[in-house]
Amino acid sequence: MDWAALRLSLELAGWTSVLLLPPAILLARWLSLPGVRGRAVIEMLVALPLVLPPSVLGYYLLGQFGAAAPLGRLWQGVFGHPLAFSFEGLLIASLLVNIPFAVQPILRAFEGIPREVREAAWCSGLSRLAAFRRIELPLARSGVTAAFALVFAHTLGEFGVVLMVGGNISGATRTLSIAIYDRVQAFDDSGAGAMAALLLVVSVAVMALVYLVTGRGGRRG
Amino acid sequence: MAERDLSVRLIQERPIPLDVTFDCGPGELLALVGPSGSGKSTILRAIAGLNHPQRGRVICAGRTWLDTQANRIEPVQARSVGVVFQSYALFPHLSVAGNIMAAMSHRPRLDRERRVEALLDLVHLSGFQDRLPGELSGGQQQRVALARALAREPDVLLLDEPFAAVDQMTRRRLRRELAQLHRQLRMPVVLVTHDLDEAVMLADRMAILYRGRTLQTAPPAEILARPASPLVARQVGHTNLFEAHILDLDSTATRLVWQGRVLEARPQPGFVKGQKVHWLIPAADVLLHSRFKPSKGEKENPIEGVVRDRLPLGETETVTLAVESGETLAMTLTRHAAARNDLKPGDRVTVSLLGQAIHVMAWEGAAPEAPP
Repeated sequence: MDWAALRLSLELAGWTSVLLLPPAILLARWLSLPGVRGRAVIEMLVALPLVLPPSVLGYYLLGQFGAAAPLGRLWQGVFGHPLAFSFEGLLIASLLVNIPFAVQPILRAFEGIPREVREAAWCSGLSRLAAFRRIELPLARSGVTAAFALVFAHTLGEFGVVLMVGGNISGATRTLSIAIYDRVQAFDDSGAGAMAALLLVVSVAVMALVYLVTGRGGRRG
Repeated sequence: MAERDLSVRLIQERPIPLDVTFDCGPGELLALVGPSGSGKSTILRAIAGLNHPQRGRVICAGRTWLDTQANRIEPVQARSVGVVFQSYALFPHLSVAGNIMAAMSHRPRLDRERRVEALLDLVHLSGFQDRLPGELSGGQQQRVALARALAREPDVLLLDEPFAAVDQMTRRRLRRELAQLHRQLRMPVVLVTHDLDEAVMLADRMAILYRGRTLQTAPPAEILARPASPLVARQVGHTNLFEAHILDLDSTATRLVWQGRVLEARPQPGFVKGQKVHWLIPAADVLLHSRFKPSKGEKENPIEGVVRDRLPLGETETVTLAVESGETLAMTLTRHAAARNDLKPGDRVTVSLLGQAIHVMAWEGAAPEAPP
């Protein structure tokens, strides 16, 4: 059992969710307003990671992370180690891959809030921020929870991009799904089986938690 | 202008053409009446600050909320409005108390609970504090929306078709309750409705809207009896609307020539001999002569006609007559009067047009478009 890989997987999934959800909420809220210019283009860009093969995305990211690219050079200059084949590189890739899984459920949730409900909040004297915090965000809660679940679960299972930009470095970039692949390649069937079962249990637990939370928040009129 | 008055002037070409002026006094209920697409809701939204007309001025309780000339547009939150939306727009995740408290940010925290109770009492919903909107009936939701609108202690109360989403029985009860509640309110109340009966029942004054313009603003009884134009007459449902010429007029009567007959109407100045006019008579002021015994007033503008059909409407019945000249005349009878006279299609009857009720208006071209 590769406990380091499990820990890395959970850290990657946790950080991806935590870092991605706040900007996704803001972007989705903005896109849900009527009359946003260029909305179709933005929505298309948001959805792009869904249709792009992971290897293609990984290939381009790897190019950007290298010491020859501006981003890779800048990172190396500031942090003293390369971005490629590092946890941070993996996290950046994971954030990009997960944008559609974070934005789309939240966008649908905001779109589901009737215009008049938002306006009623303003007419009740609530500032735009207060209306967002007390009315809109709670009403979009199921969308936010769904986004969290999708991002978390998808990150746990992500394989292609992780392998491309992270490689397979134990303790740094070897996630559980890579480790399973690794064990299978090494004909270690029992090791692979144990880890697969673990990943299954973790995924089910996350989804159960999500359903528990949205189940309670789902009593919307 | 008085302290808590509302004064509104709005002009725009797009997206819905608007050119309206009206005011509403403290405690007064003004109904904006018109068919859908006449701009009623747009006007309400402009008062609340939810949309902004190209030009206009909104002054409420001495504060300027909108003055496009001075480039002044107060945001929604800065306008003290209570709005009841057509869909109620309750906050589905908050309890009834939570919904009402959301509009109480101006009150000290300790005070709010007591105030919620008072408001729920006012709208007959005591004990519903902890319910969620989804657990309430349509009528109860409407009351919560009303309580929330009043919770802000607004300088104006805006009601956008507040009875449209409930069944007939509930609507009647809610209307009665609003009529009672209205007497306790000191702020101007603006009610938007397409339902003329509702406006007549509730409003102190009503403004007839047509294609974004206010055609006439007056107490309901005055608009019904004396519409300013044939267009207004049609908007408020007059069907007995005809063209005629002025024969002569003096201080005792205005005499008209209609289809070769002379009709004597109440004196109405402002017309000249020979002038082409429109005239109307409310269906309730067409009197059926008893077919079996003579009654009073038979000398007054007698007209012969043939019964075309009978339409029972609750306690009254509308009878349509075909008059010799090809025009049709509608007459409202009580049910028992209709039954006693045993009217059947094809029967020949005589009616009187009460001169006091005949209203003459300046001719306005060909018959204006009937409301949908």
